[in-house]
Amino acid sequence: MSNVQKQKRANKSLPFFFKDEFKVSFIIILVSTILLISTFTFDIVPPILNRGIQPATFPKGLLLLIIVLTLIVFYLSIKKPWKIEKKLPKTFFLTLLSFILFVIVSKTLDFFLAISLLSIFVSYCWGERRLFYLILVSIIFPIIVFIFFETILGLRFPPGIITNIYYQV
Amino acid sequence: MSSKLMIVLVFGTLFGLILGVLPGLGPTTGGALILPFTMTLDPLSAIVLLTAIYCSATYGGAITAVLINTPGTPAAAATCLDGYPLAQKGEAGRALGMATVSSTIGGIFSVVVLVFFAPLLAQLAYEFGQPEYFALAIFGLTMLASIGEGSPIKNLIAGAFGILISTIGKDFMTSIERFTYGINELSEGIGFIPVVVGLFAISEMLTQSTLLDQVFKRVALKAVKLPSLLDYKKTWKTILRSSGIGSFIGVLPAEGGTVASLIGYSEAKRWSKNPEEFGKGSVEGIAGAEAANNAATGGAMVPTLALGIPGSATTAVILTGLIIHGVRPGPDLFREQPEFLYGIFGSMLIANILFFIFGFFGAKIFARITLVPNKLLWPMIFAVSVCGTYSLSQSMLDVWIMLFFGVIGFFMRRYGFSVVPVIIGLILGELVEGTLRQSLVIFEGNWLLFLTRPIVVTFFILSFIALIFPLLRKKKV
Repeated sequence: MSNVQKQKRANKSLPFFFKDEFKVSFIIILVSTILLISTFTFDIVPPILNRGIQPATFPKGLLLLIIVLTLIVFYLSIKKPWKIEKKLPKTFFLTLLSFILFVIVSKTLDFFLAISLLSIFVSYCWGERRLFYLILVSIIFPIIVFIFFETILGLRFPPGIITNIYYQV
Repeated sequence: MSSKLMIVLVFGTLFGLILGVLPGLGPTTGGALILPFTMTLDPLSAIVLLTAIYCSATYGGAITAVLINTPGTPAAAATCLDGYPLAQKGEAGRALGMATVSSTIGGIFSVVVLVFFAPLLAQLAYEFGQPEYFALAIFGLTMLASIGEGSPIKNLIAGAFGILISTIGKDFMTSIERFTYGINELSEGIGFIPVVVGLFAISEMLTQSTLLDQVFKRVALKAVKLPSLLDYKKTWKTILRSSGIGSFIGVLPAEGGTVASLIGYSEAKRWSKNPEEFGKGSVEGIAGAEAANNAATGGAMVPTLALGIPGSATTAVILTGLIIHGVRPGPDLFREQPEFLYGIFGSMLIANILFFIFGFFGAKIFARITLVPNKLLWPMIFAVSVCGTYSLSQSMLDVWIMLFFGVIGFFMRRYGFSVVPVIIGLILGELVEGTLRQSLVIFEGNWLLFLTRPIVVTFFILSFIALIFPLLRKKKV
C-alpha cells in the first residue's frame, strides 16, 4: 500500500476533532469569539455624539460574519474533506525557533546580533556548511544592510551591545 | 523625461525582473520591501519605481516558469503548462521569445487602456458620494470570492480578517480605542507594510523551509529567439484576445494577473485550432497566459488611480506608496495633478519596452539568479524585511507584527486560505467602515435609503453576482 493511501486511510479513521478541518475551524471560531466578547468592553459613545453606528458595531458584524463563514466552510468540509497536508519537517520548526530566538536576542542584547544569529542559524539548519557563505549571510550582508539603512535612509537602529559601539554611546 | 526618472525606471525594471525570476518573491513582496527606500525619492520617482517593478516582475515570472517549471510569480503559473514542455523539447529560446513578445504587447495594450479608461472612470467617480463609495468597496470585497486561489468562502473569511485588522487602533470618528488592549503603540493601528511583508515574505520563508528537499531541473537556455512569422500568424489573435481579457480582469477590483492569466490561457485553448497541443508545448498557450497577466498590470492601475480601490495585491502596495507620499488617488488627482499621472502612464509604457529589451538580451543572466540557493537567499531576505519594516516608523512592534503575520500567513496558505484577500481587506477596511458610517449619518440611520440610489443598487447587484458566480462556475465544472 502506498504512503498516500495509508495516510488517507489513517485520516478517515481519525475522530473528527483530530482532523485539520475541525482544528482550523475551531481555532478561527474560538479566536473570533474571544475577540467578539472583547468588543463588548469598548467604550460607548453617548447618543448625542454618535456618528451613525457605535465603534464596536462594525467589528462585531465582521466577527459574526467570520464565524458564520467558518461554520459554512466546516460544513462543506464534511462533504468534501480538505487535501491532506504533509507533516511539517524539522527545518520548519527550527526556522520557527529561530524567529523566537530573534525576538529574545533583539529584545535583550542587540537587534543586529539577532539578525546575524538568525541568518547563520537558518542557513546552517537549511544545509549550508561552507564557512565563507555562513560568514557572508551572517556578518557581511547584515553589515551592508546596516550601513545602507543607516546612511541612505538616515535610520537610527534600537540600542544594543553592537549598535551602541557603532553609535559610540 | 528626466535622467533621474530614467535611472529609477531602469533600476526598477531590473529589480523587478530579479524579483519575478526568484520563486516566492514577486511584485507584491518586492514592492513592500522597497517601499521604505522610496522615502528618499520624490513622489513621482517613487511611484515610477513601484510600477516598473510591477510590470517587469510580472513578466520575470515567465523566465522561471519556462526554464524550471516553477512560476516565479503566481501570475506565471499558467505559463508553466506549455512553457516548460516546449523548453524540454529544446526550444526554451522560442518559448521565452514568445513569452517576452506577448508580455510586452499585453503590457503596452493595458497602458493604452489605462490612459483612456482611468480618466473616464475618474470622471464617473465625481458622481459618487459616500454611499456609492461604500457600495463600490463592498463590490471590491465580494470580488475576492472569485480571485482564483482557494475556495470562495475561505477568500471571504480572509478578506473579513483583513478588514478586521484595519479596525485595530483608535476609531477615526470617535477616537475610541479598539483591540488595543492597553498597548499604546497600537492606538495608531497596524501598518500596512508589516502585514504585507509578514504575509508574503516571512510566510514564504517558512514555506521554503518545508521544501528544502525539492530539486529543480533547469532547462538549458542558449538565447532568446524572436518568434517566427509562423508563430506570429498562429498567435496574434490569441495575444490580442488575452490583452483584452487581461486588461478587463485587471480593471475589476481585487482581481489581478493570476486570474487574468488563467482565463487568458483557457480562452486561448478554447479558440485554438489545435487545442490538443495545449499542455505539450503550445506557443498559443504561452502567448495566452503571458499577454493576459501583463495586460492585467495596466488594467489594475485603473481603479487604483481613479478610485483609490486596488485592482490587485501589488496595486494595494502601490496605493500605499501613493498615500505615504501624500498623493491621494481618486478623481481629484486627475484634476489637480495630471502631469503626475502622465508620468505614471509614460513610465509604465517605457517599463514594458525596457523589460522586453532586458528580457530578450538578458534572460540567460536572469535565469542564473535562480541558482542562488535558498539557504543563502532567504536569510538575506529576512534581514532586509526586518530592517525595511523597522525603518518605516522605527518601531520594534512593527517587526513583531511582521513575524506574527508571517506565521499566520504560513498556516493560512497551508490550509487553503489565500493571503491576498487579507491585503485587499486591510486597505479597503477604512473605506468600507468610514463610508458606511458617514452614509448612515446622511441617511439618519435608515439602512433602506441605500436602495434609493441607482449606482449603489447597481454595485449591490454586481456584488451579488460576484458572490454567486464562483459557486455557479463550480457547479458547472
